[in-house]
Amino acid sequence: MLLEISGLAVDLPAPGGLQRIVDRASFSLAEGESLGVVGESGSGKTMTALALMGLTPESARVTGSIRFEGRELVGLDEEAMRELRGDRIAMIFQEPMTALNPLHSVGAQVAEPLMLHRGLTKRDAQQRAIELLGRVRLAEPERAARSYPFALSGGERQRAMIAMAIGCSPRLVIADEPTTALDVTVQARILALIDGLRAESKMAVLLVSHDLAVIAGHCDRVIVMYSGLIMESGPVEAVLREPKNPYTLALLEARPRPGAPRGARLRTIPGAPPVTHENRAGCPFAGRCALTVNVCRTMPPPEVAFGANRFSRCHRAREVGFAQ
Amino acid sequence: MSEPPLLEVASLVKTYRLAGVGPFSRKSARPALAGVSFSMRRGLSFGIVGESGSGKSTLARIALALDRPDSGAVRLEGRSLFDLRRSELRALRAHMQMVFQDPYGSLDPRQRVEKIVAEPLAALGGASRAERRARVQASLEAVGLKASDASKHPHEFSGGQRQRIAIARALITRPKLVVADEPVSALDVSVQAQALNLMSDLQIEAGVTFLLISHDLAVVAHICETTAVMYRGRIVETGPTEALFAQPAHPYTRELIDATPRLDRPMRVAPLAPANGVEAPSEGCAYAPRCPFARVRCRDEEPTLDAAFDGGRRVACHFPLA
Repeated sequence: MLLEISGLAVDLPAPGGLQRIVDRASFSLAEGESLGVVGESGSGKTMTALALMGLTPESARVTGSIRFEGRELVGLDEEAMRELRGDRIAMIFQEPMTALNPLHSVGAQVAEPLMLHRGLTKRDAQQRAIELLGRVRLAEPERAARSYPFALSGGERQRAMIAMAIGCSPRLVIADEPTTALDVTVQARILALIDGLRAESKMAVLLVSHDLAVIAGHCDRVIVMYSGLIMESGPVEAVLREPKNPYTLALLEARPRPGAPRGARLRTIPGAPPVTHENRAGCPFAGRCALTVNVCRTMPPPEVAFGANRFSRCHRAREVGFAQ
Repeated sequence: MSEPPLLEVASLVKTYRLAGVGPFSRKSARPALAGVSFSMRRGLSFGIVGESGSGKSTLARIALALDRPDSGAVRLEGRSLFDLRRSELRALRAHMQMVFQDPYGSLDPRQRVEKIVAEPLAALGGASRAERRARVQASLEAVGLKASDASKHPHEFSGGQRQRIAIARALITRPKLVVADEPVSALDVSVQAQALNLMSDLQIEAGVTFLLISHDLAVVAHICETTAVMYRGRIVETGPTEALFAQPAHPYTRELIDATPRLDRPMRVAPLAPANGVEAPSEGCAYAPRCPFARVRCRDEEPTLDAAFDGGRRVACHFPLA
């Protein structure tokens, strides 16, 4: 297994103690596989991605285990982590304008990890950068390499960042909302590009998104997060066709469906996510969930397995189904 | 005499002049709106879809007289906004409100939510303090916030909650027309559902008609009877929403539909073609460089928005699909 995470927890200091942002997350990712992480704001999906890169805030406490290529990353010192980052594990962020340095040419930034991790000379690295910019299908890669980030469109900047990420042939690429700021027509092309690169190089992709439909089209498996917990996990098709967790179901039913009559009532989720994840006895979704019973408020929900590679964290997992 | 349209937009042209780099470079001017016309009837919400650079946000600002066009007219119930006196325009603003895209920039951080939400009422005048408070509370509750939130400041809320405050503010005068520019794109799915249900309710119960601008076809289809698709400052296709999405006539409409992620089928897309960054041609159809069906005529002659099919569909394409 390329990546194995078990009992991962991330705590951040908050007034009155630590706040748990990611709670007992366990999942794995095989070579060449694509895993979607979906959740709303505050679900812990981005913090999970940051923990994999060793990029959690300095004040954060990370516990549990992250094994990557057999090596434990939790507790790894910053220098060793830096060697992995941009080499074996790479990240694509939502807003390339903030991730790219505005003062350096795109080519120099794509070349940098190649010099750092692969020991290429400046000249070789820059030549390789142009090849990479061509590989992410930027028109006129030489011109793109000489350009500064501000001169590129949003889609072109995202392609440049992908070129930077894949330069050292990483085995794992973490993409955090990589297309959220882009037009749908550009989004479709960027996601297809990531799919193509994954197929070519057998790298694994962890795609973090708020949009289940984006994950539906581009991932093999999905984990659904809520309030720091993985509520459901399984093959994308099965989870979307037959969700086993009330939260997944609510997310699916809240979306306007193409072809539905105009103004049809959308399912809303009453209330708001819990502000603090501390001191909760039961399920974080209790109260907002239509299936809530007493035990949901008092006992943590169990992981209920549905076959070998699927589970739902819910006291009433076996009763969940679409409204008729 | 028949009732005038709620909103009529006629031949709007707007060009922003972009300074070139350096003192002697030529200034470039690309029209944000290159002749946009449509009209909306009361009770029938109108959607505008298109990508960044299509001119849809410029159109929203001009429709509310927040910006002036180079030429063309905007009429609200037959009254031309750019011919009104300032005081007349101010009185008219109670009937047309706006929900902005950016939940951070559109709320004054120093004011309490109660004052922010009540602001459009102040322009109307005549509401007692108790009435104002009651309406603020009702408005907040309608968008899924608590009445007690009225005494807080914007920074105490998440991005999604701030957008709900902005929607509450726009709705408090029960306006006839609400121009909403990407009103739900910053919201989480569960909150977005509340906002869309709220918009549906307001159409029925309060007679609010929306001019809804969005990149999300599903959101537009959920609210709007009629939709216009914009590309580079022009409407390329317009018609009844359902028919337009079921059977697009313009290749750009089809590209948008195909690129939209859906739960029930994989995306259909040609990943190799560049999407934006293509220079607009100086003549012919602006979409031709991206269009898989473009022929010689498309590069020579600009298509006009002509009637196609039944039911009010119009398309600006020499070779419409289907």
